Amino acid sequence: MLSTVAAAVTPAAAPQAVNAAASPIRDFLSRRGSGRLADASFAAIMLVCALSIFAIVLFILSILIVRSHLSLAQFGWSFFTRSAWDPVSGDFGALPFIFGTLATSFLALLMAVPLALGVAIFLTELCPQPLRAPISFLTELLAAIPSVVYGLWAVFVLIPLVRDVIGPFLVKFFGWTTLFDGTNFGVGLLTASIILAIMILPIISSLTRDIMTAVPNSQREAVLALGATRWEMIRIGVLRNSRIGIVGAIMLGLGRALGETMAVTMVIGNHPNISKSLFAPANTLASVIAGEFSEATSDIYLSALIEIGLALFLVTIVVNAIARLMVWAVTRNAPARVQ
Amino acid sequence: MDFQTRSMRLNNARRKVTNYLVSGLSILATIIVIVPLIAILFYLIYKGASSLNLAFFTHIPAPVGEEGGGMANSIVGSGIILLLASLMGVPIGIAAGVYLAEFGRGKALATAVRFTADVLNGVPSIVMGISIYSLIVIQQKHFSALAGGVALGIMMIPTITRTTEEMLATVPHAIREAALGLGVPKWRTAISVSLRTASPGIITGCMLAFARVAGETAPLLFTAFGNQFWSLKLNEPIAALPLQIYVYAISPYDEWHRLAWAGALVLIVMIMVSVTLVRIVANRGVLKGGS
Repeated sequence: MLSTVAAAVTPAAAPQAVNAAASPIRDFLSRRGSGRLADASFAAIMLVCALSIFAIVLFILSILIVRSHLSLAQFGWSFFTRSAWDPVSGDFGALPFIFGTLATSFLALLMAVPLALGVAIFLTELCPQPLRAPISFLTELLAAIPSVVYGLWAVFVLIPLVRDVIGPFLVKFFGWTTLFDGTNFGVGLLTASIILAIMILPIISSLTRDIMTAVPNSQREAVLALGATRWEMIRIGVLRNSRIGIVGAIMLGLGRALGETMAVTMVIGNHPNISKSLFAPANTLASVIAGEFSEATSDIYLSALIEIGLALFLVTIVVNAIARLMVWAVTRNAPARVQ
Repeated sequence: MDFQTRSMRLNNARRKVTNYLVSGLSILATIIVIVPLIAILFYLIYKGASSLNLAFFTHIPAPVGEEGGGMANSIVGSGIILLLASLMGVPIGIAAGVYLAEFGRGKALATAVRFTADVLNGVPSIVMGISIYSLIVIQQKHFSALAGGVALGIMMIPTITRTTEEMLATVPHAIREAALGLGVPKWRTAISVSLRTASPGIITGCMLAFARVAGETAPLLFTAFGNQFWSLKLNEPIAALPLQIYVYAISPYDEWHRLAWAGALVLIVMIMVSVTLVRIVANRGVLKGGS
């Protein structure tokens, strides 16, 4: 081994013979590539590429602001508090879409978070070792399915299900809450919330698993040593330590739900409407852009839609930033997850 | 039995019951999650497989109401757009990852870039779509495959950056130091030693980003726009598989619904294969018998 090291280090007569057939590029790099300039220029190129990430964020922000200036100038802040959406007369107000987004996201979280926590608890604490890999693989497969395929399934399976099975069931047992008034067409807030819940579940569950695995085993053992049952060990030793991280995971799921477009557009009914009934058609910030962008005839219409896009961008950036900070704070010194 | 013992026994019984209840609830939650997933997959396979035939892969869509037709132009169009996106996203993403792992360790700028990349991953894809629309489509006054490729490429960059950085971080420092000790310049170490060692992981990271953007529809709605005919030109609207599935799914024609299911099956199979490959390679690890 020493001889090979010596051969690599001593130039001797080797380079001339070896480089006889080498390309001019390799020649240039061998001669000039060892200096500080080469290192510095390479580092500079890498730095520029890394800064491109900032450039992307700034670019999106600036171009959205520039293209929505018509609507910003005309409506100002009242754009987000008014309920009008009348392309014919040029009157625009985004409140129905804010309501739609918040309602569907909140309902989706309500449905997804308990299930996701249950799955996470099962996979980290209760699951027998051989089953762990297949089940976790299956839940991550849920995350890989594209949104449009979820939408396709929702249109042909979920909508009839809500219309014929779930809807009447809810009306029969929960009709007294007046949340299920009105005709049930199958499309509407409820269907959109269900498909959103299915879509954000894998994110929340897999992040919660990461966070729960990050809690050191010493905590679990200490609680068990004091005579706790398994659930008490999970509750006191693991969940109490990872509260912040779990809230962060839930917020990441919220961030995904806020921006989800295709599946929601296909099942929400596309009607700018604020209503108490869960069966009513509605619209979210993302789905109004997807549905009406290519039909925006006037400049003010397009500008209003781009302003909605700007609002969506800012809201999801803020939600995601806070969520990432929370998750990072908990998993900072954690061991990597073993699949 | 005195009061203390009786209340202790009751308490213990309550704790035991709660324990079993919670275990049962979490198993129930897992079943509730797994069952619809398997139902969706099986339904998809059942509906899609019955309409998959050779014509699907070789014909363009037939006129409305006519039988037959396929999605050949969408599959090819998707391939072209994804190629453009990879050409743009992979080099920039890997370069940014190399900076974060090799040159920027411990610097505040690196932490800021990492954080921004994670946040950018969560931006809705429709926002990317309308930004590229405002940038490219409005200037050129027509939809184009190029705009679609750029939109998807921008979406790939943060994902590839983060996975490249994570994979490069697993390369042991001893290897880098050995190369530097032999007189290899730092840039050459980064390329020939670190990147080469971590290349399986980096490739799987690129595949992950590829699989993610392959299913994206929203950015293509207003950039590539879709096309009913064969088109390979970069300057014209081009068909894409997820886009075509969306258009067919919301249409009123049964024939188009059938094609949508077949297209969804093809899309899912492609993505599942990538995800499974990623899993297999990731489990094998970056270094066989590494330090």
